[in-house]
Amino acid sequence: MGKTIAEKIFAAHLRDTPAPDNMVLDLDVVMCHEITTPIAILDLMEKGMDRVFDPGKIKAVIDHVTPPKDSKTATQAKIMRDWARRHRIRDFFDIGRNGVCHALFPEKGFIRPGYTVIMGDSHTCTHGAFGAFAAGVGTTDLEVGILKGVCAFRAPRTLRVDVTGTLPAGVYAKDIILNIIKRLTVNGATDLIMEFRGPVIDDLDMSSRMTLCNMAVEAGATSGICLPDATTARYLWPFISKDYESLDAAVADFATWHSDDDAVYTQTLTIDVSDLAPQVTYGFKPDQVKDISELAGSRVDQVYIGSCTNGRIEDIRAAASILKGRVIADHVRGILTPATPAVYSQALDEGLIKIFMDSGFCVLNPTCGACLGMSSGVLAEGEVCASTTNRNFNGRMGKGGMVHLMSPLSAAAAAITGEITHPGELLN
Amino acid sequence: MNTFGGPAFFIDRSDINTDEIIPAKYLTEISKKALKPHLLEDLRLENSDFDPRSPALQKATVLVTRSNFGCGSSREHAVWALEVNDINVVIADSFARIFRQNMFNCGILALEAAPEDIEKMFNLKGEVEIQVDLDNGRVTAQSRETGERVESSFTMNPFDLKLVRAGGWLAYADQQYS
Repeated sequence: MGKTIAEKIFAAHLRDTPAPDNMVLDLDVVMCHEITTPIAILDLMEKGMDRVFDPGKIKAVIDHVTPPKDSKTATQAKIMRDWARRHRIRDFFDIGRNGVCHALFPEKGFIRPGYTVIMGDSHTCTHGAFGAFAAGVGTTDLEVGILKGVCAFRAPRTLRVDVTGTLPAGVYAKDIILNIIKRLTVNGATDLIMEFRGPVIDDLDMSSRMTLCNMAVEAGATSGICLPDATTARYLWPFISKDYESLDAAVADFATWHSDDDAVYTQTLTIDVSDLAPQVTYGFKPDQVKDISELAGSRVDQVYIGSCTNGRIEDIRAAASILKGRVIADHVRGILTPATPAVYSQALDEGLIKIFMDSGFCVLNPTCGACLGMSSGVLAEGEVCASTTNRNFNGRMGKGGMVHLMSPLSAAAAAITGEITHPGELLN
Repeated sequence: MNTFGGPAFFIDRSDINTDEIIPAKYLTEISKKALKPHLLEDLRLENSDFDPRSPALQKATVLVTRSNFGCGSSREHAVWALEVNDINVVIADSFARIFRQNMFNCGILALEAAPEDIEKMFNLKGEVEIQVDLDNGRVTAQSRETGERVESSFTMNPFDLKLVRAGGWLAYADQQYS
């Protein structure tokens, strides 16, 4: 019987089977940020267990509220900083070099096909885009990961999602994943790994695959995963060129992780995107999704472009294609936060930051900030935000605020008109 | 090991996310105790006068709710916010994976019961007391007012049971793995 990519990764990392359906895996990467890690650090210190299993396999960043907004967030950052120094964690990213974890760590080449990855952050599933098994966990799992380099999961069961057809102009990975979540509902993929397949996925760049995998958790999935291919190898080439004779050799090696043709899937879903319209959420759950034309005309107060979902250079280019030569609506506050310093720098080089600023956007440093209502763009009661982030929960971006999730192109269109707008109306 | 059971509090909604259990603005705390006054602070329920400061919630040690409880953010703060309020059992139709694991990792219980049994528990009148029999996988809910009882069973993953008996994942892993 064949195996899925997840089954192959689990088998290759199996440390223990504490019960028939439970697998304890060795971890290749344990990622840490300043919101969920400090309590783990303090607990380990208090228990006299302040150790790390392998400082080279721990990657740490201050990203959620940076620079700190108050004494409490400054203290969280300091706990991380002191801990990283104490344990000689080389890959620690502080102010000036820090960015949103799920955009920064891939950019640094830390994630490779076949890896196992955890982080105390639900959007860790993003890294499945590289053909890795990457899962969000709580602080106790993180703590054990830091100390022992292991994490327990149930034996993998996979939901195969085949994406077929031809993606229409102006429709992006964000629209595909919102539509998938709509079909599955917010718990349709609980305890499943979502394996994205099909010709549309094969043609997506790494940025788009990250957007897809990023929101797998919004349907309850343990992770999202794509099969690593030439696109993956090209992205990682600066980091792996010493390990392989050629790009083809890397692609061939990556293919050993691919799901077998006779692999067994718990569930399958096929979606043809040829007629897919830009998607937008309307309620307080990420499965409340409609075609954008159904919400056209709804007024927005703020437009937020950034986050681990859609803060990469490709996202900024897409938004800039609409903003160029235009000015945002009078009543709208536009906020851009490029997800990493490299993205920011690239956007400067390409003249994109100027386009945003000329249109009236405020350009922030990389941070998670307003996505979870912690800083840098929190909404007031009754306000509405068109956002490229991943959660529209009640009060997520500020108590009493409302978030409509959409693609960067659709968010840029909303900024110009001041209301939810089909981006096709503004594309030249 | 913890002891489980006691007065129940009912929340009649599915898909309660961890932002609702503990809003992100409190994630800047570095002690679990600091979360105590903020449990379910921003939760809004349609057709209900839910009050996060109600005496019934203050008294409760068991939460009974519907499906997909604890979805969204991985924040273990949601589990801690329950724990520091002495709630160490949540009974639901189903849970989001990370929340469920966080509960067992802390050595406390996320129990999945049949929706029809949970419906019957919701229909019990007045104050409800819940007993949990871990060894036999049984839950009993009883109305203090009428004496009416609802019996239900749950199946616990054997590994999760080991975690609860060990007092959580850190204690278990420290014993088992070098």
